[in-house]
Amino acid sequence: MPGGKLQSLQSVFEGFETFLYTPESTSQSGVHIHDSLDSKRVMILVVLALMPCFFFGMYNTGYQNLLAGGATEFPFWSIMAYGFLAILPTVVVTYVVGLGIEFVIAQLRHEEIQEGFLVTGILIPLICPIETPLWMIAVATAFSVIFVKEVFGGTGYNIFNVALVTRAFLFFAYPAQMSGDHVFVATSKIFGLGAQAPDGFSGATPLGQIATQTAGELHLTDLAGNAISTWQAFVGLIPGSFGETSTLCVCIGAAILLFTGIANWRIIVSVALGGLLMGWIANLCATPTYPASYLSPVSQLCYGGFAFAAVFMATDPVTAARTGTGKYIYGALVGIMAVLIRVYNNGYPEGAMLAVLLGNALAPLIDYCVVQANVNRRMRRLKAKVE
Amino acid sequence: MSTSIHIKRGLDLKLQGAVANSAITGCPAHSAAVEPLDFPGFVPKLTVKEGDNVLIGSPLLCDKNSTNVHITSPMCGKVSKVERGERRRIIRVVVEADKEQSAVAYDTDKARKGNAEAIRMLLQESGLWVMMRQLPYAIVPKADIIPTNVFVSAFNNAPLAPDHDILLSGKEKELTAGAEALGKLTSGKIFYSTRPGSNVPVPGNVEHVEVSGPHPASLPSIQAANLAPISKGESVLLLDAVTLARIGELILTGKVNWQCTVAITGSEVKAPRYINTCAGAKLSTLLDENIKNSDSHRRIIAGNVLTGTNAGSEGYLHYPYEQVTVIPEGDDVAEFMGWASMSPSKMSVNRSFLSALLPGKRFTPDARILGGRRAMIMSEQYDKVLPMDILPEYLIKAILSRDIDKMEQLGIYEVTPADFALCEYVDPSKLELQKIVREGLDYMRKELE
Repeated sequence: MPGGKLQSLQSVFEGFETFLYTPESTSQSGVHIHDSLDSKRVMILVVLALMPCFFFGMYNTGYQNLLAGGATEFPFWSIMAYGFLAILPTVVVTYVVGLGIEFVIAQLRHEEIQEGFLVTGILIPLICPIETPLWMIAVATAFSVIFVKEVFGGTGYNIFNVALVTRAFLFFAYPAQMSGDHVFVATSKIFGLGAQAPDGFSGATPLGQIATQTAGELHLTDLAGNAISTWQAFVGLIPGSFGETSTLCVCIGAAILLFTGIANWRIIVSVALGGLLMGWIANLCATPTYPASYLSPVSQLCYGGFAFAAVFMATDPVTAARTGTGKYIYGALVGIMAVLIRVYNNGYPEGAMLAVLLGNALAPLIDYCVVQANVNRRMRRLKAKVE
Repeated sequence: MSTSIHIKRGLDLKLQGAVANSAITGCPAHSAAVEPLDFPGFVPKLTVKEGDNVLIGSPLLCDKNSTNVHITSPMCGKVSKVERGERRRIIRVVVEADKEQSAVAYDTDKARKGNAEAIRMLLQESGLWVMMRQLPYAIVPKADIIPTNVFVSAFNNAPLAPDHDILLSGKEKELTAGAEALGKLTSGKIFYSTRPGSNVPVPGNVEHVEVSGPHPASLPSIQAANLAPISKGESVLLLDAVTLARIGELILTGKVNWQCTVAITGSEVKAPRYINTCAGAKLSTLLDENIKNSDSHRRIIAGNVLTGTNAGSEGYLHYPYEQVTVIPEGDDVAEFMGWASMSPSKMSVNRSFLSALLPGKRFTPDARILGGRRAMIMSEQYDKVLPMDILPEYLIKAILSRDIDKMEQLGIYEVTPADFALCEYVDPSKLELQKIVREGLDYMRKELE
């Protein structure tokens, strides 16, 4: 009630009410009917498309844990239960911190709570290593929501992808904890489930192994010491951030997003082509100085977060290029940069995150050029008529 | 000789309540009203008082800026009421019908001989001038306009719109006379657009264009953008072929014919049909007993669902006097988690709704906005339904920031609010685009004139 003692919860109340019931407000100007699609459904569709990756992440977490513990049997349900328990605290912390900040800010602005964080809140656990300390997740989430989104005006106004900045914040603020070979695999038992990895265990991701490789031929191995095939990387049973290892599940998500028209196919296709092109060039001039250049172009797409970034990060409509032509350029740039960073900068084993952030920064410039082309066409027409 | 163009982008909304039967029922009106807000750019000044007697074609209002431009009475009778709104703004002038209807007879000799000035004066005095629109600004044409070209649309593919084959049947003579008259006002061409294969009469003295493709292909502004886009400093006339026929009839007979064929459509109408009545007629007369019985609220729209006016049951027929649509209002529907609905009756272009997979299905949408207003999140949603070489998102943003240079560069002179109606329909952020564009056009006009 306005002025009542629950006034301070008004935004929260309205947020929940519109979530549960379609608003009864009817059109006051302009068109009398509206399409049924609204931003709530858009966001939920993205969350839905992320579910295959999420469930696979649960399985993979449990599987890698058993592998690290030297197990030989892999019971499905106990693996899933382990994965669920391992990721649950991260999901809870992300949503509590992120939504909490959104609620407070919506109330300060006297606005309805917006649904943008629904997607961000699930993306953050998916792109962080499973062993990231919870307090770091909380700090990074708070930083991104406040300084990347809310200071610019909230959902729809941010320049950078909020989830990616969270990941980048973790990567640059806590480099010692966030890279190397200790965070990507869950190594301890949870409520008696899973296995305890031996002391001194090393669980480097394939790209991590490449980055630390000093000489000799490239051998990528899984936690049990067996060689990793590209197929295995495609399916995703390799160490890596929680939800981004499986290119297969990313493809399922991509199918959902493309069928419903939520993600833009131009971006996904051009990121993939950009990655393949750069991977091919790197592979042509492969040198032992840069061991990642030995990866085939297709493996470049399957390892690490490349596919995940192409489908779920680069396509974020708010931070990507908004013009049709701009999307091709933006996508290709992201794809090329991702592989370029990955191959030629040994400091960063994974380049997809940085490439998308760079793409975000350049998207307005790309759009400016496309818009200017339209303007110039109009000016030329005017000039032709005047003469 | 005709040229043909195909409009690729756009959207045909499939609604319940189309007119199936082409028979026209007579439906004489007892009162009619003119509403100056239907005529953007026209600054109304009363030329009559309550109680005055008027003929069909007598001036009711004139434009303060050029007093020769009139809005005239569509009916012979007595001015019964002048309704005013905030700050005494004139909302409508209502005329009650006399038993005998007679019309003002204009001297059309000079106009018939092809005197351009006489034609201009005749159109402005008779009230037909305000039925046309000009680009830039999408307003009633300026009194001294010299249009580069004229665009006449002889079809309408807006949702449930009437068929011009019916509206224009037997009007060949009038259309030809009208085209001849307008030809004197422009140094350029008269583009006359029809559907391929339609039976609409085509006057001989025009550039005939066959236009195929989804709505908004029938909007003359869209045709202009695809045939001969205007540049800064140019202006064009836009009109419906029904207005062209009225102009022709005025030239030939000296009288304005304010009778019009109106399609009564929409899911809440018992028997959708064509009726013949007078422009500005009272809607309750037209809808008499023809609305479905139900307790739920409904919205009576004078016009179509994209650009019409919410007239209410006590309202009157609005410009361009061709259609009435009745749909459910929807403010009494409680829908649980509507955003998650998989119901096939939810209308959408998005393939996450089952309805998008049912190509033949006709829908009964209500007037709800179906979501909260948001910032522009999704990109390129507008481009898919705006068949112009315009970047709609950027133009809208330029308008919102009132950046005159940007608006000009991005082509604001080429657009009308109606062009953005479908963008507004598909927008998941639910922005009021037509209102935004109208405000932008008005702002430009104020700043530049």
